[in-house]
Amino acid sequence: MSSRRGRITDEEMNELISKLQLLLPESRRRNVGRASAGKLLKETCSYIKSLHREVDDLSDRLSQLMATMDDNSPQADIIRSLLRS
Amino acid sequence: MNRKNPLPNSNPNSPNSSMQALHFLQALARIARAAPKPAHSARTRQIRHAAYASMAHSSRSSRRTWSRALLHRLRQWQQQRPGRLLTVRRRVRIVTPITSRPEEPARAETLRQLVPGGRGMEYCNLLEETADYVQCLRAQVQLMQTLLDAFSS
Repeated sequence: MSSRRGRITDEEMNELISKLQLLLPESRRRNVGRASAGKLLKETCSYIKSLHREVDDLSDRLSQLMATMDDNSPQADIIRSLLRS
Repeated sequence: MNRKNPLPNSNPNSPNSSMQALHFLQALARIARAAPKPAHSARTRQIRHAAYASMAHSSRSSRRTWSRALLHRLRQWQQQRPGRLLTVRRRVRIVTPITSRPEEPARAETLRQLVPGGRGMEYCNLLEETADYVQCLRAQVQLMQTLLDAFSS
């Protein structure tokens, strides 16, 4: 802490907290209510964990999807054309 | 699959999201071309790896501590070969203990574990990095969902 340029102001801290709150989806934002840092962090942690789970789940489903695609399917053509820049 | 928590609007057309998307699509194409075709679980792992790699490589995030930490972690995953009996020898990183501000909530510790590289960060940096990390995570989830929707109709 001693090597820092200066302590972050309360205002800057509040801005960061608001920014985090805005990133939460509506339903989670309601759980937080007034910007209480503790609740916000708790909700953010929960949100990050659910996003990690979504990535896992979507990876699994994408994997299943790719298993059913063969080289000559129209979907494969779409991907190929997307990647041709 | 109904999504209970629809994502708040984020601009899918920003250059950062495009880079992230392109990186991910290229990785998917490589995975699709692999011969022989990997088993489902192996391919799932590869896709998941590609997802996090795309997040870390998106231009906005490459300057961020979390993306460097994530890339480091990804390289370690890649070096592990599943199916082999591994003695996981963890390199113990000496993390300089951060004297918490008295007003730093206890929850910050959990957050530090969730955000890559979080343990070594000052509290306010942690909040900034978290915001950036969440944005990239959301964009990635949105991207993967869009791909699934586009190709499974």
